[in-house]
Amino acid sequence: MDLVTEVRLGNLRAIARTISLIEDLEPEAEALVDALYPYTGGARILGVTGSPGAGKSTLVDRLITLERRRGRKVAVIAVDPSSPFSGGAILGDRLRMQTHAIDPGVFIRSMASRGFLGGIAAATGDVIKVLDAAGYQSIFIETIGVGQTEIKIVELSDIVLLVLMPGAGDEIQAMKAGVMEIGDIFIINKKDLPGADKLRAEVEYVLSFKNPVQAAGGGNGDSEGVSNPILMTSAVQDDGIEQLQEAIESYATEIENAGKLEEKRRYRLERELLGVLNRKIHELMDLHIEVSRQLPEWTERLYRRDARPYALINEQIRNFLEERKGDQ
Amino acid sequence: MPEEIRKQKEEWERGTVEPLISRHPERMQTFVTGSDKPVNRLYLPEGYSEAEYLEKLGFPGQYPYTRGVQPTMYRGRLWTMRQYAGFGTAEESNRRYRYLLEQGQTGLSVAFDLPTQIGFDSDDPRAEGEVGKVGVAIDTLNDVEILFDAIPLDKISTSMTINAPAAILLAMYIAVAEKQGVGKQRLRGTIQNDILKEYVARGTYIFPPEPSMRLITDVFAYCSREVPLWNTISISGYHIREAGSDASQEVAFTLANGIEYVRAAIQVGLDVDEFAGRLSFFFNAHNDLLEEVAKFRAARRIWARIMKERFQATDPKSMMLRFHTQTGGSTLTAQQPDNNIVRVAIQALAAVLGGTQSLHTNSREEALALPAEESVRLALRTQQILAYEAGVTSTVDPLAGSYYLEALTDRIELEVWQYIDRIEALGGMIPSILKGYVQKQIQESAFRTQKDIEKGERVVVGINKFQMEEKKPLDLLRVDPAVRQLQIEKLSRVKARRNASRVQSALEQLRKGAKQIDVNLLPLILEAVREYATLGEICQLLREEFGEHRETIVL
Amino acid sequence: MAVKKTRILIAKPGLDGHDRGAKFIARALRDEGYEVIYTGIRQTPEAIVQTAIQEDVDFVGLSLLSGAHNELFPRVVDLLAASGAGDIVVFGGGIIPEQDIPFLKDRGVAAIFGPGTTTKQIVEFLESARDSS
Repeated sequence: MDLVTEVRLGNLRAIARTISLIEDLEPEAEALVDALYPYTGGARILGVTGSPGAGKSTLVDRLITLERRRGRKVAVIAVDPSSPFSGGAILGDRLRMQTHAIDPGVFIRSMASRGFLGGIAAATGDVIKVLDAAGYQSIFIETIGVGQTEIKIVELSDIVLLVLMPGAGDEIQAMKAGVMEIGDIFIINKKDLPGADKLRAEVEYVLSFKNPVQAAGGGNGDSEGVSNPILMTSAVQDDGIEQLQEAIESYATEIENAGKLEEKRRYRLERELLGVLNRKIHELMDLHIEVSRQLPEWTERLYRRDARPYALINEQIRNFLEERKGDQ
Repeated sequence: MPEEIRKQKEEWERGTVEPLISRHPERMQTFVTGSDKPVNRLYLPEGYSEAEYLEKLGFPGQYPYTRGVQPTMYRGRLWTMRQYAGFGTAEESNRRYRYLLEQGQTGLSVAFDLPTQIGFDSDDPRAEGEVGKVGVAIDTLNDVEILFDAIPLDKISTSMTINAPAAILLAMYIAVAEKQGVGKQRLRGTIQNDILKEYVARGTYIFPPEPSMRLITDVFAYCSREVPLWNTISISGYHIREAGSDASQEVAFTLANGIEYVRAAIQVGLDVDEFAGRLSFFFNAHNDLLEEVAKFRAARRIWARIMKERFQATDPKSMMLRFHTQTGGSTLTAQQPDNNIVRVAIQALAAVLGGTQSLHTNSREEALALPAEESVRLALRTQQILAYEAGVTSTVDPLAGSYYLEALTDRIELEVWQYIDRIEALGGMIPSILKGYVQKQIQESAFRTQKDIEKGERVVVGINKFQMEEKKPLDLLRVDPAVRQLQIEKLSRVKARRNASRVQSALEQLRKGAKQIDVNLLPLILEAVREYATLGEICQLLREEFGEHRETIVL
Repeated sequence: MAVKKTRILIAKPGLDGHDRGAKFIARALRDEGYEVIYTGIRQTPEAIVQTAIQEDVDFVGLSLLSGAHNELFPRVVDLLAASGAGDIVVFGGGIIPEQDIPFLKDRGVAAIFGPGTTTKQIVEFLESARDSS
């Protein structure tokens, strides 16, 4: 079957197969992504991150219901970590979204990180494009969980939902720079647990540094005039979800009007291009310098103090460039 | 340990044991119980003082009930022999019940099919393939009438393994008794009615925790007034063990559930001594004979203390942990099924030595199918032989004082308290379940056990040791798939005969009551079942009012 | 350089809530390097099939202990075929009497793993099924 056409027609099998080709780094994947690229740009990408156990999947499950009520087609990419020992993974997020399994307007795909550090999978960006081109209007990316390093979600999303829960040490986590930076909308889930109000106060406090004008009670927040909403929810009890969805809609409109959405998307494409470039260079170098094969020997020489780190690598690169010149 | 004994023990180890081991090492480096806990070579008197004896063991029928809940135990009355049974249609199950009663069984235990347990009628599309398979199919009062046909409800006690729709089945039972002319004051029996374990180990929940607890406390309140001889709940550890927990976890999570139920009942205004005497428990009888006996004794001691100290119960009945036991289904093998007869005998012995109030013994082919008549009869005979031939019913708590047993009892008690404290720290059982703590413990234990079996470190005879070429498979009980069709036809006949407007109005009253937290739903449910409202109709209504619970758990 | 991972869906069709075995298998297969999607209990055949398609799995493992396998397993196989996903290999486990195995295999279930099955046996099946496709 012609995958590109089928994906655009919304054929589920075709979409799923295309995603697999991308995940598996199959050679035809690049051409497919390029072919589908012109048809992307219509989807709103929502990154969902936060500590494990905060209720991300349950929250997404409830949001899917509301999105469907608004007549939107929804896709979800749920990422779980691969085992560093076996390379396998248990992908269990979809369990909490299974009521949507037979809804033809919902596509849920579980992805294993396959060793990629950053909270998502390396292929996630391209998979988003496929779903975008297939006509899904809201695409949720649920990450593994936030820490200091799992912030790649920012480079993929229009809006990042940061999900916190009381009593998980999030009070302290929230203070760490970087974590708070990435959130657009802050959600305190499991709001009936003790400490919810305290957590909210702490989030407000930290945000006040980010949005001094907003904190001072004036105007609308940061220099671009957009404020970061804080919502209290209990996903399991269906509490606060409608307000959350309203907040997402308003925020989306705000950032679009303020030109921030376009800015984010350009930033995203920039990061993507750099990512592809870095990857390609690495592949190219690996091909010609055979890094994997030579690495043990280099390491051995370095260990014996028979070589020096920069000199060793620079020599390899010099040789590579000489060869290329020689090829011409 | 008394000084002189300790000294001699050390001499024995040095002078007798070590020389021997250097020539003939023991079979394994470490020996462990069925729950993977280390077992010493020898147990010796720890030197319980008089005071310690009286505090920890005491006397049967007296706090803390370690040695048994009745003073004379089986010398006074044997445990109830109660074989869980049910399959296909109510007619077939009724025949099996009458057979078992003829063969000397002393109480009934009803197994329901999955659609019934989850509140679906037999004609519901979700019941496809499931009608009558794991138990009897019940759609309306009509089925329950047939189920107990020619069985006098004033003369036998009936245990019903039903949880989410327990209140409805209880109402149907009461209505059938009415038709037999037996008043509810005289009815004896149990409904399992233990929703908390469903969320972690068994999976037949319908509604979320809060409204489920409401239904349960409604049953407590109603029965304390109207059906005083009825056991309103069977707080279960059996399934938790089957899901893979070890012995201490089985007790800990069961008693923690018990604490939650007592708290909930007190919160709706019941006085602890009004209902606590009718709480009952349900445990597993697993392979490790002595660990299991210890487990039962520890459970009694702990619950008594919880009721007395935490809930200030004053009626002795409120502090007594009375329990039913079932031998562990997951220990049985499909390979060499006759081995299961032996396993069950040992497990049943553990339950008896542990002081159970009633007992179900599994049949030989349980790993493959529901039991055929012959097999269930043999399982019953197992109990009868234990009761009359083995001599273990002539004295109370015969193994007490065994150094090993008391050490095991104490160890299990310690571990159970640790779990209970942890659960309290998390906010109680419901938060612990919602956070996945309980499920995680169970899964870790289950995973370890299975891995040990696959590695051969835990021997299962016939599976990883002493295997053989199997002969032809046994003649197994098959549930006729036509059961579904039969039920569907029966259901439409009942619907045609009943008074549609009265059903409607009864359901409307029920819906109104469901919306108000302080209305006891039992009388309203009773009205509805009398009019032959179906189980599915009632549950659908409650689903609409209460919502549905969705699995959120954690691998 | 392509790095293909085998993806397996473990599902519990019907009303049976006993998930100890399914969870064990999911974990054991993860430890063997597979990507395992676990749906949880109470899945209709329709939901299982849609999930299998979206997740583009190579195998679907059905776990069932309630005796409804003769109705539900073939239903999953048939729905997969009808959705153009007949190449997905279906296997089953749980409490399934030997007498029913020929019927199930006839209806397209590639293998049945009864009580006492080891992880090793399942992995051997998965590897050989994958190699022959």
